[in-house]
Amino acid sequence: MPKLAKDIKQVAVIGAGVMGAGIAAHIANSGTPVLLLDIVPEGAKNRNAVAEGAVAKMLKTDPAPFMSKRVAKLITCGNIEDDLDKIAKCDWIIEAVIERLDIKQDLYRKIDAVRAKGSVVSSNTSTIPLATLIDGMDESFAQDFIITHFFNPPRYMRLLELVGSGKTRDGVIDTIADFADRKLGKTCVTCHDAPGFIANRLGVYWVQAAMTEAMDRNLTVEEADSVIGRPFGIPKTGVFGLMDLVGLDLMPHVQSSMAGLLDKSDPFHAIYRESELVSKLIADGYTGRKGKGGFYRLNRDGGQKVKESVDLQTGEFSKSEKARLSSVRDAGKDPRKMMEASDKGGQYGRAVMGKTLAYAAYIAESAANSIVDVDDAMKLGYAWKTGPFELIDAIGVDALISMLTEDGIEVPALLKKAAGKSFYKVEDGDLYYLGFDGTYAKVIRPDGVILLEDIKRKSERVAGNRAASLWDIGDGVACLEFHTKMNALDSDVLGAIKTSIRTVKKQFKALVIYNEGSNFSAGANLGLALFAANIAAWPEIENLVETGQETYKALKYSPFPVVGAPSGLALGGGCEVLLHCDAVQAHGETYIGLVEPGVGLIPAWGGCKEMIRRWAENPKFVKGPMAPSAKAFEIISVATVAKSAMEAKENLFFRESDGITMNRNRLLADAKERALSMVDGYEAPEEFTYRLPGEAARVAFEMAVDGFHRLGKATDYDRVVAGELAKVLAGGDTDVTEELSEDDILELEREGFMRLVRNEGTMARVEHMLLTGKPLRN
Amino acid sequence: MTNAVIAGYVRSPFTPARKGALAKVRPDDLAAQVVKGLVKKTGIDPKAIEDLILGCAFPEGEQGFNVARLITFLADLPRSVGGVTVNRFCGSSMQSIHQAAGAIAIGAGDVFICAGVESMTRVPMMGFNPLPNPELYKTMPEAYMGMGDTAENVAAKYKLSRSDQEAFAVESHKRAASAQAAGKFVDEIIPIQTKDGVVSEDGCIRAETTAESLADLKPAFKADGVVTAGTSSPLTDGASAVLVCSEEYATQNGLTPIARIKSVAVDGCLPEIMGIGPVGASKKALSRAGLSAADIDVTELNEAFSSQAMASISDLGLDGTKVNIDGGALALGHPLGATGARIVGKAASILKRDGGKYALASQCIGGGQGIATILEAM
Repeated sequence: MPKLAKDIKQVAVIGAGVMGAGIAAHIANSGTPVLLLDIVPEGAKNRNAVAEGAVAKMLKTDPAPFMSKRVAKLITCGNIEDDLDKIAKCDWIIEAVIERLDIKQDLYRKIDAVRAKGSVVSSNTSTIPLATLIDGMDESFAQDFIITHFFNPPRYMRLLELVGSGKTRDGVIDTIADFADRKLGKTCVTCHDAPGFIANRLGVYWVQAAMTEAMDRNLTVEEADSVIGRPFGIPKTGVFGLMDLVGLDLMPHVQSSMAGLLDKSDPFHAIYRESELVSKLIADGYTGRKGKGGFYRLNRDGGQKVKESVDLQTGEFSKSEKARLSSVRDAGKDPRKMMEASDKGGQYGRAVMGKTLAYAAYIAESAANSIVDVDDAMKLGYAWKTGPFELIDAIGVDALISMLTEDGIEVPALLKKAAGKSFYKVEDGDLYYLGFDGTYAKVIRPDGVILLEDIKRKSERVAGNRAASLWDIGDGVACLEFHTKMNALDSDVLGAIKTSIRTVKKQFKALVIYNEGSNFSAGANLGLALFAANIAAWPEIENLVETGQETYKALKYSPFPVVGAPSGLALGGGCEVLLHCDAVQAHGETYIGLVEPGVGLIPAWGGCKEMIRRWAENPKFVKGPMAPSAKAFEIISVATVAKSAMEAKENLFFRESDGITMNRNRLLADAKERALSMVDGYEAPEEFTYRLPGEAARVAFEMAVDGFHRLGKATDYDRVVAGELAKVLAGGDTDVTEELSEDDILELEREGFMRLVRNEGTMARVEHMLLTGKPLRN
Repeated sequence: MTNAVIAGYVRSPFTPARKGALAKVRPDDLAAQVVKGLVKKTGIDPKAIEDLILGCAFPEGEQGFNVARLITFLADLPRSVGGVTVNRFCGSSMQSIHQAAGAIAIGAGDVFICAGVESMTRVPMMGFNPLPNPELYKTMPEAYMGMGDTAENVAAKYKLSRSDQEAFAVESHKRAASAQAAGKFVDEIIPIQTKDGVVSEDGCIRAETTAESLADLKPAFKADGVVTAGTSSPLTDGASAVLVCSEEYATQNGLTPIARIKSVAVDGCLPEIMGIGPVGASKKALSRAGLSAADIDVTELNEAFSSQAMASISDLGLDGTKVNIDGGALALGHPLGATGARIVGKAASILKRDGGKYALASQCIGGGQGIATILEAM
C-alpha cells in the first residue's frame, strides 16, 4: 500500500465535470499521470467524448487549470465502460461524480472489483456524510475510503478537507495528506464527518446571513459587499460578488441540503430562507458570471459596457452605484470599528459577522480538531485574510460577547471559555491557540515548514530599513524580506539590498530573498517615478536607474549564493531581481514578467541584459547572432507574464535547473535548503560577453512591430516603446564582429529608459496604470 | 540545342506545419525519401544522374550545409552524383528544373533530379537569424515587405473583394478534395515513413470549407484588410522531385517522358505587388515559345494567395476552368521550396493524363519576381 507522497505514482479521477476535471488537471500539474474517466454519452461516436471535451475546454479556460499546456499530456482520457480496469494501476482513485448516493455506491462497487489492494479511494462529495457513503460497502473498501474535498478551482484554492472514519486504515489519511501537501501544494485540514465539513458549513451560514440581512435591512448589493469586505479582511467581492463567481444556481441546492442534514437545534435553521429573488434570477438565466450575470451584470445594450446591479427589493437591474457608507470609510481595516458604527452599514456588519463568528465558535468542536483548522479552512477555502477566530481576537472576545448578548444571540460555550482571554496568544515568541478544553497549546507547523512569520515573532532583524529587513533564518542563511506596499521597489529597497550584501558577506553563508506578502514584488514604485518626472527630476531618475543596475549586479556577483524565492506577482523590477539570483526556488503559483512596456518603459535594471544572456546560453535554442535577441524581444515587447512557475521556465524567466515548490508554506524551507546546497565551493558567475547583431536586428524588430501595427494589434505608442527596446536588444549600433560587456548593455537600457521616461506617452501610461490598475493603449 | 524532358514526378504528402503528420520529420530525411521514390518509380539508373539540384527557400538549420549533397547520401545515390542547393524563394525548385534544362542544352549532363523541400515547421519563414540591411530598409522598405502585405496591395490594386477571394479559395478546396477522393494524387505521392507510422495523405485540404466558414475569419495582415488565413496558402511541410533528362537519353534508355520543356523565363516586378510576378514571367515564356495564352490547355499557377492568383489569371487572360484543375496551394499547401517542382510535375502529368498540347506552370516570388515554364505534350 502507498505510504508517502512519492508512493502515489498514478491517480484516477472518475467524473470529468468542473471539479473532477479541475482536480485531474492539478494532479497533472504535480507531474503525476492521471486517468480521467466519465460516462459514455448516449449514441456517441467517440466514447471518451466527455473526458476529452473537458480537457479541451480546460486548455482554453482562464484562469488556467493547467500550469502549462504541456502537462495536459499527463491526463489519459477514457470512459468507465471500457477503461475502468485501468484503475488497477492507480494508487489513488478520486470519485467526483454527481451528488447521488445510489450512483456513487454503484460506482464504488465497480471500482472495488478492479482496484489494486491497498489503493486509496476518495470522494470529492461536499454534502454526503462519509458514514452514509460507506454504509453497506465491504469492510475492506471502507478501510481504504476517505473524503477528499477540494475547493473550486482546484489549482488555485489551497484548502483540502480530509475526512476519515473509525474504519479508515492507519496511514491512509497521512499518505493522501502528504501527497496533497507536497505535490499539490494543499494545506490539509482534517475534518469530522459533519455536514458541510468546516469551510462550507461556516461559509454557507455566512452567505445566508449576509443575504438575508441585506434584504431585510434594505441595503444595496454594493453597500453589503463594501461592508462584508475590506473591514473584515474578506475579498472585495464580498458576498454577492462571491455568489456571482461561484454560481447562483449552486446556492439553493447547497443550502437546502445543509438544512436537510443539520441537526434541528443548529442555528442555521433560524436564518435559512429560500429566496424568491434568487430563484427568479436563476430562472432568468442570471446564474452568475458563467451565465448572463448574477447580482451584478454587464449591460452591453447600446454598444457600451455598463455595470449594473439588481435591486434586492424589486429584482430590477439598474446602473451600479458605488457604495458610500461613512462607516466603511472610517473603519478601514478595523472590524470592531465597523461593527460599532451606528449607521446601517455598521448595523449590517454587526448583524452578519456577529452571527457568523458566533456560529464559528458553535461548530468548531463538532466539525474540527482545533480553531486553527477552522481559521485555515476559511482563509484557504474562502480567501478570508484572517480566520474567524483571528477576527474575534481582532474585535476582542469580550467585546463580541457583549455585542452578541445585547443583540440577543446565544453566546456559544467556546466563546464563553475564551472570555477575558483571546483565542491566540504569543509567549516567548511562540504562537499558542486556545484548545476546546480551555487551555492553550502551541501552534505546531508541519514537518519541514519554516515561516518567516514565526521567525519574526521570535527574533530581531539583523538589518533593514522601512522598506526591507534582513532576518537570520538559521544555519548561516539570511533572508531578505521586502515589506513596502505591494512590495514595490524603491531606493530604500535597493539600499537594503546593498546593506544585506555587506552583512551576509560578514556574517552569513548564503542569502534568500523571500517574503510572505501576497506578491513577491509588483515592480518599481511607479508613483515615485511619476512624481519625479512631473517635477522634471531627470538626474534623480537616472540615478535611481543606475543604482538599481549597480545593486542587482552586485547581488549577482556577490561572493555567496543568492536564492530568490517568489510567490504571486514578480513583475518588472521584481522579475529583474530574480534574474540576478544564482538560483530561484519558486512557488508554483508565481506570475512573472518584464511588463515595463505596459507602462511605456523598458526593463532597465538589467532585465534586457539577463534575458539575452539566458537565451544565448540555452543549449536547446537556435544559434546565431539574432536568435537570442529576437526571443527576448518577442517576450518583453508584449509584456509577457508567465502564469505559473512552470511557464516561467518555458520563457527562461527561470532556468531549467530552478526549483518549484508547490506548497506555499514550504517555500522558505526549500529555498534555504537550496541556498545551503550551493555554499560549498561557491564561486560567483563569470561576466558574460555579448555578440549582438546591431542595426540589422533593430530593423528586423521594427518590421515585425510594424506588421502588428498594421494589423491593429500594436498601438502608435507601442511602436515607440518597442523601438527603444529594439535598440537595446540589438546591442545599439554594434557590429556582429564586436563584443559588448554587461555594462554596455546596461548603458543602452539606461539611455532607452531615459528617452522614454521623458516622453508624454509614457507618462500617460504610468498615470493611467496608477489610477486604474490597467494599461493604457495609447 | 538538346531538348530536355520531364520523365518522372513525385512528391511527399503536403501537411500543415507544426500540427501536421510530417512536423517531426527532418526536411533532409523527407526529401531523401521522395528522391528515392522518384528513382524507384522511374527506373532511372542512379549512376547516370549528373546532379541533384534542390530548391529550398530557407536553406539553414536542418536545411543547411548544402542539404542537396547530404540528400544524395541519405537517398543512397552513388557518390558520383553531385548536389547543389538553389534558392529563389518560392521559385526555388522550378529554378532547379530550369538549371537542369540549361545544363542539358549546353551538354553539361543528361540526367538531373530536380527537387525541392521545405519544412516550415522546423525552419521558420525568414529563417532563424533574419538580418535585413538597415540602409536598404530605410531607402526601400518594400524590399523586405511581408508576403501578406503584398497580397493586400494586389487585392487593392485589382479591386478584389474579400468574398471573391474566398469564393476562389472554396473552389480550390473543392477541386483538391474531389481530386483526392478520386484518387488522383495516389500516383504522385510517395508515402513517407515517420517515427509514428507511414504518412500517405495530404493534410491541408479541407473539403468542408465554405464561403460562410471563411467569412468568419479575421483579416490576417491588416486591421481593415481583405486577406485572411483562409485566402492565404497555409504554412506547409513537404518535398517534391522531378526527373529531368535529355530527350535522347530518355528514349534510348526506356524512360517514359511525360512532357518536353518548351521554354522558361523569370521576370522581376515591384516587390510590393510581388503576387503579379507570374504575369510578366509567363508572357516572356509564351513569347519565347511562340505561343499565346489561348494556346495553353493546362495551367498550374501557384496560389500563394487568392488575390495574386486571381490577378494573375485575369491579367494573363487565362481560362479559369483550365487552371489548377486538381486544386492549388490554397488547399494543398505551399512548402516554399517544394512548390515549383510540384507544379511543373503536375502540369506535365495533367497534360499527359487529360490530353492537350501545351501546359504552363508559373508562380510568384517574394521580393518581386515571377517564374514560368512552358511544357509541350509528347
